Amino acid sequence: MTEAEREIKEKVRIYIMGREYKVPAGLTIMKAMEYAGYRFIRSSGCRGGFCGACATIYRVKGDYKLRMALACQETVEDGMYISQIPFTPAEKPIYNLEELSPSANVFLEYYPEIAKCVSCNTCTKACPQDLEVMDYVQAALRGDFQEVASLSFDCIACGLCATRCPAEIVPYNIALLARRLYGKYVMPKAKHVEERIKEIESGKFNEEIQKLMDTGLRDLKEIYEKREIEPE
Amino acid sequence: MVKIPYYPGCAVQTTARNYSISGIAVAKKLGIELVELPKWNCCGVFPSLATDDLMRHLAPIRNLIHVQEMNENGIVQNENRVITFCSMCYHTLKEANLFLKDAEKMEKINTFLEREKEFVGGVKEGYKGGVEALDFLEVLRDIVGYDRITKEVKKPLKGLKVAPYYGCLVLRPREIGIDDPENPTILEDILEALGAEVIDNPNRTQCCGSYHTVDRKDIVAKLTYDNLVYPIRNGAEVIVTCCPLCTFNLDHRQKEARKLRRDLQEIPVMYYTQLMAIAFGLDKQFWGVDLGLHYVDPKPLLKAKNLY
Amino acid sequence: MDLVEKVKSISGEDVLSCYQCGLCSGSCPVRFAMDLSPTQVIRLVQVGNIEKILESNTFWICSTCFACHARCPREINITRIMEALRQIRLRRDQDKISVNKIPKEELKILPPIALVSNFRKTTA
Ligand code: SF4
Ligand code: SF4
Ligand code: FES
Repeated sequence: MTEAEREIKEKVRIYIMGREYKVPAGLTIMKAMEYAGYRFIRSSGCRGGFCGACATIYRVKGDYKLRMALACQETVEDGMYISQIPFTPAEKPIYNLEELSPSANVFLEYYPEIAKCVSCNTCTKACPQDLEVMDYVQAALRGDFQEVASLSFDCIACGLCATRCPAEIVPYNIALLARRLYGKYVMPKAKHVEERIKEIESGKFNEEIQKLMDTGLRDLKEIYEKREIEPE
Repeated sequence: MVKIPYYPGCAVQTTARNYSISGIAVAKKLGIELVELPKWNCCGVFPSLATDDLMRHLAPIRNLIHVQEMNENGIVQNENRVITFCSMCYHTLKEANLFLKDAEKMEKINTFLEREKEFVGGVKEGYKGGVEALDFLEVLRDIVGYDRITKEVKKPLKGLKVAPYYGCLVLRPREIGIDDPENPTILEDILEALGAEVIDNPNRTQCCGSYHTVDRKDIVAKLTYDNLVYPIRNGAEVIVTCCPLCTFNLDHRQKEARKLRRDLQEIPVMYYTQLMAIAFGLDKQFWGVDLGLHYVDPKPLLKAKNLY
Repeated sequence: MDLVEKVKSISGEDVLSCYQCGLCSGSCPVRFAMDLSPTQVIRLVQVGNIEKILESNTFWICSTCFACHARCPREINITRIMEALRQIRLRRDQDKISVNKIPKEELKILPPIALVSNFRKTTA
């Protein structure tokens, strides 16, 4: 028996919202829950660790530590008590990026509560993406948007940090603003995109688009399936 | 050149850039290289005054640990001092050490930090104690010395009438303060070394209204009026400060103070480091007067005194 | 824990040693905006009437300047007592200010340290 086969044969005991299930070892939390009979209507999206929909909290029997994970990425462990956090309530201030500039106080203007951060680092401990969340919140406090953008680049907005912050800060929205400012003010413009937009606007593809619009659903599906995909 | 760790703090990186730009240049001229902590967070600004509020002491302690790490990583050698410009940062960092004299509290904090080892960027080792926070004013008095300052003066501030203003947090409580809480002299001594005319300011140790500037501008306006009107009556042409929050209240809140009492004249407010940069004849970029950070522009006064 | 004990334990100060000389109130730069003076606050802690203090604005108006503490002949840290009183309210999640209502024009110019210190003193 290979290692992988043994893992699947062996069962572990997990508790989904308090109820006990025996599931094959080696499954992700998400698959284990499906194995146990749950059907995901929320809390699941890409299944690849990118969309941030599957935020999960758990404890393991015999350990006081509260742990955070993405259900589609974390493998089940014996004795896990699992609960999901399908949605994080969070205020999203409205701003017009065209009117914003990366001034020293731009974060305080839209998210004054970042001044409440006590540097407890709870957010960093919560982040399943291993980001230094506290450090990017702190960089925001001093207006260093480039630092915020680079530290938060891998944020998938799962919301776990925001559920744990004792200062009730929503780090990922701040990070989003920083990356938007970064994109607008620092990143070099992609020339080929601009050129392509010009081509589209000048009507170069009108004919082809019209052809697609006139195609029936079944043919369209076939074209889609046969499309060229860049090699991975 | 002696290398000493430097903790900037949020204010001198944003609204008080004129303070750090001038201060760092002045320090360099005086043979001190301020080495910025490779990683730092907001100091917390005010230490918690509650005996049981450990969480709110974490912020300054993290920064002290970063100084410890600078020694371990060889960025500085055997250098347990850390210098700040901002009075509030100084106060909070200094208080953290007093707080940790209680061994039980130190242990609790270090136990809390223990788990961070598991995480990227987490603190790798607890605080061992012994990092000493220094306000840049103390550095000038105790490490540099006033004579050395006088020696660096190229353009004495002759005829410039300056009133010092200390505020609270570099002076009180006594165990944190850098000078006599009722009768401090550091700013006066520095100004004299620069050749300025020191004007008596009876309000130099009175509060500026501090954080009430966020939600009680009325209180701050009244204090700003009081804190400016007496030195002005004594002939002051510029107020010299050492704290970014005092400076904001004394400078920007003149608008509100003048609404309250029309007889208040406008007066520029500058950091002592800016005047030092001017007197040392440093390049204009280090004076910090052209960054648009002053509410009352000090340039007309400097021009009138042939200093700009 | 009753409120008097709470004030004593959070502040760590011995309020009974106050002999009501009034120096703290005389030194307080923001006394003009308070409804109870610092000296009255200490007295009310001594007699155990914390509710009356909690109805006042005094401990919110205190600006943590330590002027009272610097001059108190009994070396009481009155500033810590004010902090304890704020904490009693804040620990019940009763914020003094509402962060969302600070005008944008102010947020644009305020030093970060003004906001950090204010929120530490006025929000839970
Ligand atoms: S920073 Fe917050 S929202 Fe972003 S991935 Fe980490 S925990 Fe999730
Ligand atoms: S959890 Fe909140 S208070 Fe703690 S470090 Fe992160 S942002 Fe700051
Ligand atoms: S389902 Fe998208 S990250 Fe887990």
